[in-house]
Amino acid sequence: MEFLERLIVHSVIRKGDKKLGNAYNTLVVHPEKCNGCGDCEIACAKVKADSTDISHSRIKVTRNLKEGFFGPVVCLQCGDPDCVRSCPGGALTKNPETGVIVIDRERCVTCTICTLACPYGGITYNPVVNDVMKCDHCGGDPECVKVCEPKALEYKTEANIFNEQSKFEDLFVPGLAACLGCNSELLIRHTLRHVGPNTVLATPPGCIPGIAVVGFNEQTGTKVPVFHPLLTNSASMLAGVRRYYQRIGRDVTMLALAGDGGTADVGFQSLSGAAERGEQILYVCVDNEGYMNTGMQRSGTTPYGSWTSTTPVGAVLRGKTRDNKYMPLIMVMHNCEYVATASTAFIEDYHEKLDKAIEASKRGMAYIHVFSPCPTGWRFQPALTIEVSRKGVETNMFPLWEFDYQTGELSFDYPVDNPLPLEEYLSLVGKFRHLDKNQIEHLKETAALRIEILKGIAKTKKITAEIKEAI
Amino acid sequence: MQTKYLIIGSSHAGLNAADEIRVYDEEGPITMISMENCLPYSPTVLPYIISDKVKEKNIYLRDEKYFQENKVTFLKGTKAVGVDTKASKVLLSDGNEIGYEKLLVSTGSTPTIPPISGLHESSYHVLQTMEDAHKINQAAKTAKSAVILGTGLVGMHAAESLAKKGLKVELVRGRRPAVLPNYFDKEAGKLIHKVFLENGVLCNLNNRADQVESLNGKSKIILKDGNPLEADLLLVGTGVRSRIDFIANSGLQMDKGIVVDNMMRTSAENVWAAGDVAQADDFFSDKKILNGILPDAFEQGKIAGASMAGKEIGILNLPEVAEKDISFPYAGGISMNTFNFYENRAFSVGMSVPEDEEGYEIDKMLLPTGCVYQKMIFKDSCLVGFFGINVPLEPGIIMNIIRRKVDMRSMKAEFAVNPLGVSRHIMWSSWRG
Repeated sequence: MEFLERLIVHSVIRKGDKKLGNAYNTLVVHPEKCNGCGDCEIACAKVKADSTDISHSRIKVTRNLKEGFFGPVVCLQCGDPDCVRSCPGGALTKNPETGVIVIDRERCVTCTICTLACPYGGITYNPVVNDVMKCDHCGGDPECVKVCEPKALEYKTEANIFNEQSKFEDLFVPGLAACLGCNSELLIRHTLRHVGPNTVLATPPGCIPGIAVVGFNEQTGTKVPVFHPLLTNSASMLAGVRRYYQRIGRDVTMLALAGDGGTADVGFQSLSGAAERGEQILYVCVDNEGYMNTGMQRSGTTPYGSWTSTTPVGAVLRGKTRDNKYMPLIMVMHNCEYVATASTAFIEDYHEKLDKAIEASKRGMAYIHVFSPCPTGWRFQPALTIEVSRKGVETNMFPLWEFDYQTGELSFDYPVDNPLPLEEYLSLVGKFRHLDKNQIEHLKETAALRIEILKGIAKTKKITAEIKEAI
Repeated sequence: MQTKYLIIGSSHAGLNAADEIRVYDEEGPITMISMENCLPYSPTVLPYIISDKVKEKNIYLRDEKYFQENKVTFLKGTKAVGVDTKASKVLLSDGNEIGYEKLLVSTGSTPTIPPISGLHESSYHVLQTMEDAHKINQAAKTAKSAVILGTGLVGMHAAESLAKKGLKVELVRGRRPAVLPNYFDKEAGKLIHKVFLENGVLCNLNNRADQVESLNGKSKIILKDGNPLEADLLLVGTGVRSRIDFIANSGLQMDKGIVVDNMMRTSAENVWAAGDVAQADDFFSDKKILNGILPDAFEQGKIAGASMAGKEIGILNLPEVAEKDISFPYAGGISMNTFNFYENRAFSVGMSVPEDEEGYEIDKMLLPTGCVYQKMIFKDSCLVGFFGINVPLEPGIIMNIIRRKVDMRSMKAEFAVNPLGVSRHIMWSSWRG
């Protein structure tokens, strides 16, 4: 914390800028993925000096062939940069908006003391032009990242989310009562900040109300009105509340944060009815694939082969014997205004979807199905939640897509054509540990079939829209 | 007047101390005084003012806005002439006094004038302040020739700058018969000298100046062997010493500089010293040394600032000290510098020129032609010194290999052949990974 504090205050002091707490985009280097190809150096020299001479490259690839080590060396854009502090001409400064350390050529005397101060080789001397040079993130769109085939370079823009969201009030209670590693807190905070205070929230029985949303000691856990319907009736109650507010002339967002039980199983009847009637609700299903807060029983969305307390693994049974129902597609078939799938590993994508969903919920039902891996019920390390979320998407187990009823378009938000092998996802999760070859094969087929169905719908829905337009 | 934090001197040490104080104390009044009549700047850029590499308006490290926003009272043209540590007061040349709660002395250094007969009485230039640079620039407008005493960084930089202005420049050795003897060995010195010779600048390395006199605005320098040199401009660059004269009677413990501990505290209560003026721990020995280089000035300033603002050094598991109240003490000075001359680039880190090479393992790589030379000095399993001329290396990484005492036993041979690859790999596997 102290480090962060210093880092922020320093950039503030240097610039006299009192805007505290800016987060910055970062160029992340994964040396273990680097194959030493040098494409980044070529791309950098091209864009920075319009040259094929890699002396001009701001990124340098380490090649230690003897030990088989490769690793790109590039400026880290430090929070409290020694190069800036040791520059005798005041030529180096950290831009408070972008976090990038820039060289003012008018002030640089090429004394190269900065190259002595930087412990990371981030600022280097270029003998061809007799000048120092360093990475400037290409103004926010680094060329090296685009050409890095093994993905050893990554440009992280998640900082934008922080900068954007920190402007809004956190509407959730401080502290937490969830299991270690649960991503629901992240989801609740992000969702409430984004949806805003003009909201009524419904959380049917499940993990979400269980982790303090409905509150303690006669106080709510949120700064918006929240109610706790039965497991059966979140959608119908929200429909009634929305209609009441409409009658008195107030436009209030109706938000449901419900588990898979309250959505796809026990709550399905009322949700199906509300969706079919076009009730104006933003319904978020947090799908952890089972009744996790009551002892990890199976639900309608538990995938085939999963271990749960009611689909045990033993001499005869090998986990769940039936496939899960694919709830988001069922909601598409209800002619919802907007349907999307999301994952906390792709939080920027989730925010974009929330924007569209909020808008769609003023016309009819907007439904977002969030993939929510559960460390306790699925048996994996709490630190791996985001990794499991990501692998679920990357292996096509949980494809990210959205459907807009107005245009009739179903589009994928993460490429589905060259997925990672499903084993990379299954091997992370304990509830799949026992799967045999045939079961894995079955899951692969189901996943592939799901993609084909989605692609088919993407096509037919488009055609339908075209036909509509033609008529 | 009375202030909470008083900083004498406004270069790297003083400025970084002020920044660091503001990290922990947003409000406490800071007063910074500078004897010069301009905004803060670094003396390191002065040779570049002479060579016109940079315009004077572009060298200042802080502007008025900075002082306003950070609530620092900046008094330029204010010279301290004494410190009364008992009464916590600094006496100024105009007769006024400034009372302080915490004082930082970061007055830098001042040129040493060698005891050459006639030198004190004749007119000569030095290069330590902006005013000096102005005077040299003024003189260089009409001068046709220059003699520079001293072959250290100031002398060599100034020689190149003046030669590029069209002056005929000749250098005369100072105390030691070598080029940049603090940073490079004799062979390296010869390489550097060769480049200067090719550009028409001669270094008299075997001959010291014996006598100096001024005649009709010209300087006449008579060398030890009796040969005379004549020049329109005489520059003395024979080294610097800490600017501590004004503080001589303050009772502070002093040697060559003000002796400080690893938090830059002096022997007097509430007085700190940092930068060229501070005689602090040595990285390689138990001695207290004057390191006098820019990166050390900012580091010492930072540590002094933290200490002045009440940050104490401590061991992280002391229960009564919160983590945020702990600062890291000074690890000891390591000599380092860069030297760029006529499109050539050299750097030197650590004990690159050990007094006695006995007990060190040395690996040299000197190309037969051109100006490329690299020398590494190991002691036991660690790298302790390195210099390179025109070798494509990242000096900061080499510096950290020394500072972090990386065990090089298994890597020495590989490092000698491929220092760039191995040093970057060491970085990845230790402090970057």
